[in-house]
Amino acid sequence: MGQIQLKQVSKSFGDVEVIPPLDLQIEDGEFVVFVGPSGCGKSTLLRLIAGLEDVTSGSIDIDGDDATAVPPAKRGLAMVFQSYALYPHMSVRKNIAFPLKMAKMDKSEVDKRVANAASVLNLTDYIDRRPSQLSGGQRQRVAIGRAIVREPAAFLFDEPLSNLDAALRVGMRLEISELHKRLDTTMIYVTHDQVEAMTMADKIVVLQAGVIEQVGSPLDLYRTPRNKFVAGFIGSPKMNFIEGAEGQKHGAHAIGIRPEHIDVGNSGPWKGVVGVAEHLGSDTFFHIHDTGLADPLTVRASGEVAFSYGDTIHLTPREDRIHKFDERGIRIA
Amino acid sequence: MATKASRSAARLMISPAVLLLLGWMLVPLCLTLYFSFLRYNLLQIGATPFAGWENYYWFVTDPSFKAAIQNTLVLVGGVLAITTIGGLFAAILLDRPMFGTGIIRIMVIAPFFVMPTVSALVWKNMFMNPVNGIFGRIATSLGFQPVDFFGQIPLASIIIIVSWTWLPFATLILLTALQSLDQEQLEAAEMDGAGWWSRFWFIMLPHLARAITVVILIQTIFLLSIFAEILVTTNGGPGTATTNLTYLIYVSSLLQFDVGMGSAGGVIAIILANIVAIFLMRMIGKNLDA
Repeated sequence: MGQIQLKQVSKSFGDVEVIPPLDLQIEDGEFVVFVGPSGCGKSTLLRLIAGLEDVTSGSIDIDGDDATAVPPAKRGLAMVFQSYALYPHMSVRKNIAFPLKMAKMDKSEVDKRVANAASVLNLTDYIDRRPSQLSGGQRQRVAIGRAIVREPAAFLFDEPLSNLDAALRVGMRLEISELHKRLDTTMIYVTHDQVEAMTMADKIVVLQAGVIEQVGSPLDLYRTPRNKFVAGFIGSPKMNFIEGAEGQKHGAHAIGIRPEHIDVGNSGPWKGVVGVAEHLGSDTFFHIHDTGLADPLTVRASGEVAFSYGDTIHLTPREDRIHKFDERGIRIA
Repeated sequence: MATKASRSAARLMISPAVLLLLGWMLVPLCLTLYFSFLRYNLLQIGATPFAGWENYYWFVTDPSFKAAIQNTLVLVGGVLAITTIGGLFAAILLDRPMFGTGIIRIMVIAPFFVMPTVSALVWKNMFMNPVNGIFGRIATSLGFQPVDFFGQIPLASIIIIVSWTWLPFATLILLTALQSLDQEQLEAAEMDGAGWWSRFWFIMLPHLARAITVVILIQTIFLLSIFAEILVTTNGGPGTATTNLTYLIYVSSLLQFDVGMGSAGGVIAIILANIVAIFLMRMIGKNLDA
């Protein structure tokens, strides 16, 4: 079980309100990702759920019981920290066994659970090493191991992959997603990387300045962002925003169109000059200038496309994929 | 830079300093060794015949030698225990954010800068004097018999004075070590269900192990040679109650004018200090590796 409900939860540090009152419902077994730019309060929100910070007002229910005043250890949640926070003087085995030892669990049960966690996470060969003798990915797995032995109601991840290199990050992303499928336990995951959010989440919570901008499945957010912030934050490269005459033509203050929803060719309603072209093999990203719309306009073309620096290019937006926003940046249906 | 020429130039230029330091150490050491084998008393003018191991024999069999060794160990051990445990406690308190942290930290370190003779005299006359001292006054005003510190508990009094001087040192080193502890580790332990005591025992203390060994090593070196505090307060007495090895050497060579005996004591002190150093280096080496 791992159902978490935040009711009118707010947090202030002194006079500064970092999280205005918000409500959030997290269902059992869900993989929820908090995503937002740095300083948006996503880590603070996670720490409130963990109990490492006290809420200023509101209440947190875990599995229907009010846990607002319950100390962190008693909430039945396990957390994986950004720095992994492994205990440097203990072996991998002792690190993983630490929470069980603190719970005064029977020695044979501890050994069984540690061995089990180690084999799940491929740590059996390193079980007697110290954290300093492990690579970043292995340390990450030890931190996860320390979390899973407790069999918590929910896992909390605080930007766990940000210290890993790009290749390892992709690998660990898969491992964590697989772990979630296998354990079927609620996971709350904080990241500033929208790619991690899109690929892992069942439900994404987009935060800005402590305010929940939108909650929904990755594709919901991609297809129908509620406002310009979410539209710009979800998707890579960023959505193009076009204001002025072109917006008015669609009956909106501004329109947004994703780079992948613009076709390139030798004819089309929009025209511009190719600037930098980023060739990725599978895709090509063009940064197009002098369109009179937005500078630069980013366009994705599938595969290898033979336009180069300085060429004139014509663009065709897909009309059904245009997002319209009013003056306040709110989506117009 | 590390060409052959630059290396030999470096050696050449550093050699005067090395030779000076070497001479500074070797000459007194050799003279002490030499004197320790002579029958050399300043009251008997004239010949200083070779005496063999006689000085060593009489120094070691002197009843005050056993007392001195015992007092030295109790003094060093007592001060180490008080300063390490007290320093740990003070460091944990000072690590918490509070009002006026900067000033409080300066005040905490202040005793370390008071010279030993001054601090010992202040303690002797203003705190521990049974008639005029603060402790005596407090005891009298509460209707108790005042404690005659240097008469009844002389060694403990010296330990208190020396601990007062060295507590700031331990506190400061342990405080800096404590501040380098990753807060996320403590939070992780908290999430793992560790109470305050478990966090202290399993996370903080292992983290501080290295700093604690450094405190013990450095203090031991200085505490083995405590002298000024004893000279200005008890003069090694009553009897030999506060005579440590350093003070005993002073007594033999400068109060009894027996240079040979004093030198023999000095050589014994060097050997003892080296034995302690070997043990400590082993202990530290183990701790510093990790």
